[in-house]
Amino acid sequence: MQCDGKVTRSPLIDATADGMKPDMFTQRHLLGIEPLHPVEITALLDRADHYAEATRAGHKHGDALAGLTQINMFFEASTRTQASFEIAGKRLGADVMNMAMQASSLKKGETLIDTALTLNAMRPDLLVVRHPHSGAVNLLADKVNCAVLNAGDGKHEHPTQALLDALTIRRAKGRLHRLTIAICGDIAHSRVARSNLILLGKMENRVRLVGPPTLMPSGIAEFGVEVTDNMEEGLKGADVVMMLRLQKERMDGGFIPSEREYYHRFGLDAAKLAHANPDAIVMHPGPMNRGVEIDGTLADDINRSVIQEQVEMGVAVRMAAMDLLAQNLRATA
Amino acid sequence: MDLVPVRRYSGGMSATLLTNARLIDPVAGTDTLGDLRIEGGRITAPGPALDVIDCKGKCLAPGIVDLGVKVGEPGERHKESFRTAGAAAARGGVTTMVCRPDTIPVIDSPEMLQHARSRAAEACVNVLHMSALTRSRAGREMVEIGFLRDAGAVAFTDGTHVVTDTKVLSRCMVYARSLGALVIGHPQDPGLSSGACVTSGKFASLRGLPGVSPLAERMGIERDLALAAATGVAYHLDQVTVAAALPALRRAKAEGVDVTAGTSIHHLTLNVLDVADYRTFFKVTPPLRDEEDRLAVVEALADGTIDIISSMHTPQDEESKRLPFEEAAPGAVGLETLLPAAMRLVHAGHIDLPTLWRALSTNPARRLGLAAGTLAEGAPADLVLFDPDAPFVLNRFKLASKSKNTPFDGARMEGRVIGTWVGGVRVFDREDAV
Repeated sequence: MQCDGKVTRSPLIDATADGMKPDMFTQRHLLGIEPLHPVEITALLDRADHYAEATRAGHKHGDALAGLTQINMFFEASTRTQASFEIAGKRLGADVMNMAMQASSLKKGETLIDTALTLNAMRPDLLVVRHPHSGAVNLLADKVNCAVLNAGDGKHEHPTQALLDALTIRRAKGRLHRLTIAICGDIAHSRVARSNLILLGKMENRVRLVGPPTLMPSGIAEFGVEVTDNMEEGLKGADVVMMLRLQKERMDGGFIPSEREYYHRFGLDAAKLAHANPDAIVMHPGPMNRGVEIDGTLADDINRSVIQEQVEMGVAVRMAAMDLLAQNLRATA
Repeated sequence: MDLVPVRRYSGGMSATLLTNARLIDPVAGTDTLGDLRIEGGRITAPGPALDVIDCKGKCLAPGIVDLGVKVGEPGERHKESFRTAGAAAARGGVTTMVCRPDTIPVIDSPEMLQHARSRAAEACVNVLHMSALTRSRAGREMVEIGFLRDAGAVAFTDGTHVVTDTKVLSRCMVYARSLGALVIGHPQDPGLSSGACVTSGKFASLRGLPGVSPLAERMGIERDLALAAATGVAYHLDQVTVAAALPALRRAKAEGVDVTAGTSIHHLTLNVLDVADYRTFFKVTPPLRDEEDRLAVVEALADGTIDIISSMHTPQDEESKRLPFEEAAPGAVGLETLLPAAMRLVHAGHIDLPTLWRALSTNPARRLGLAAGTLAEGAPADLVLFDPDAPFVLNRFKLASKSKNTPFDGARMEGRVIGTWVGGVRVFDREDAV
């Protein structure tokens, strides 16, 4: 799936026009894609690309985060994201600690802010937070001195997922602009979809949302994206097909008639994928429900699916994000 | 600094003459320079008086009658007591607080009402009480509407708890009608609005917050108006906040249904975008609306479709608000900011002062059968003297309320209360306040 490694940049994104310099990254926290400038996104992806190559070349230990303390604070269960952040931190030499917050002080009645202040007093440098409520990570970032990375908050944002998706696309397609990208499935409940459509829009792409109307967020007509409930129509001419997990745990009930009808109409299989461009790539943020939103064979097809590469890029993007934030942290210290 | 003003009894016989006042008369619809005399707690014809106050051309209007104030007594006195709510009211030009029954426990029996009334004596403004419509606001059995009326309940409402069982609601209405009792409802389809904390749309989706469509309010209103028309009860909609709800309301009024409608000052002056980055002081019930809806509601207020503006004063302590948006408690304090916020509508050219004052004072007074809300001779001397243009920046920590959860913290406002009189007694004097 790899292109020749050369990346073309969008001529529409001009750093100097907005008073930015190339490779600039000014953020104190990574709370979402919304606050990022396209130049910052590019800078982060360039750095991540570097780390991806270094890791592939066998350099799995750096010192960019040496002497820094990274706390992973997950108020919501996570295996892959937490592991990815942990590996990223360790590869750059940080002291990493994991806190499973569901089992912790919240059960004793402590508020989120108090938990944040308590942790802050232990002087961490990087705080990676996942929380079931939208905006909770923003609230927490206001109260601490360290850099905060949003590892997913409610239905709001999941910035590192969007960045790793962007890096995967850029590596496969050789560019991250003027692509047609179909995001399919449960858009309404997905923070991954939110962050992705913001990022892909910022980078001048054509975004299509495909799914049943009951799984579309409200006000979607104002997002500057194309919306359809027909997979064939949505996939037509797509360069990238991004499938979303049908989040069963978030389904309060009654969004779709049944899983099998959903699979029939919206599950990605070879027949539906045939409507996309012949070189279209298939993505999924995981964990997958095989036979619900994606056909198992297709997910494993190394000629079409970049799902494993997404996981690999996840580590690289998180290394890059923490590296850049740590640089800013040191500069202001 | 004592935040709580004390009533100054000036003796039964002495009179006060307020001269050189810009008299805002909402009943006559006039805004003219003149004098006003107070004697024996009532407004009298201008004449000699021992005590003469020069109003220096500032506005003198009937005191605000605020329908739907939440005081934390009983149950949540740490959030607001009658004493602090009264002080906030006096500073905001509110001379009558009509208090909500959604306390802990709920005011749903004559005994509970009696308790609340005895506590209310600590407030320096008039306090009236509403009762729940159904026991524990659970929507199943009606309260003792007759006894509660005798005990002083001026209206019956379950607040934001919608009575979902239409048979229960229609029986409550029929029974209330026979006693001439006013029923107040919160128009909302509870199925559509369950779990929501903002208005649905682009903003809700971008922030990832569960939203409710304005349709939920329209459906609530249409149901309630159908029942009100069928039963003939005197019915008031506490908060009408969306354009989609207005046609049904206009139609019902044209058909002669005994219905009035209110809205909150926050829905008149703020919109959904003010929530910005999850600012919980902007979380209210129903949630703030789109700008188009806000403007439609302002227009409906100006043309009289909406009758009453309330502060929907809802004190919440810091702990209830310093939480992720979805978990934070809804509500905002409003007694003290109602007048300056309402002046935004005047300064923006949406409405003139007499029309505004009909919604703040005359209409709520009439709906409740009070003699207040007018500058006519013989009316109670419940008055507010204010400078309509005085600018200031609001500092929430200077509010008299125990709770400081105002969405106007740091906001530039114009319009300040200079003095407030309740029954001819001066309960607030700006010069006293530091």
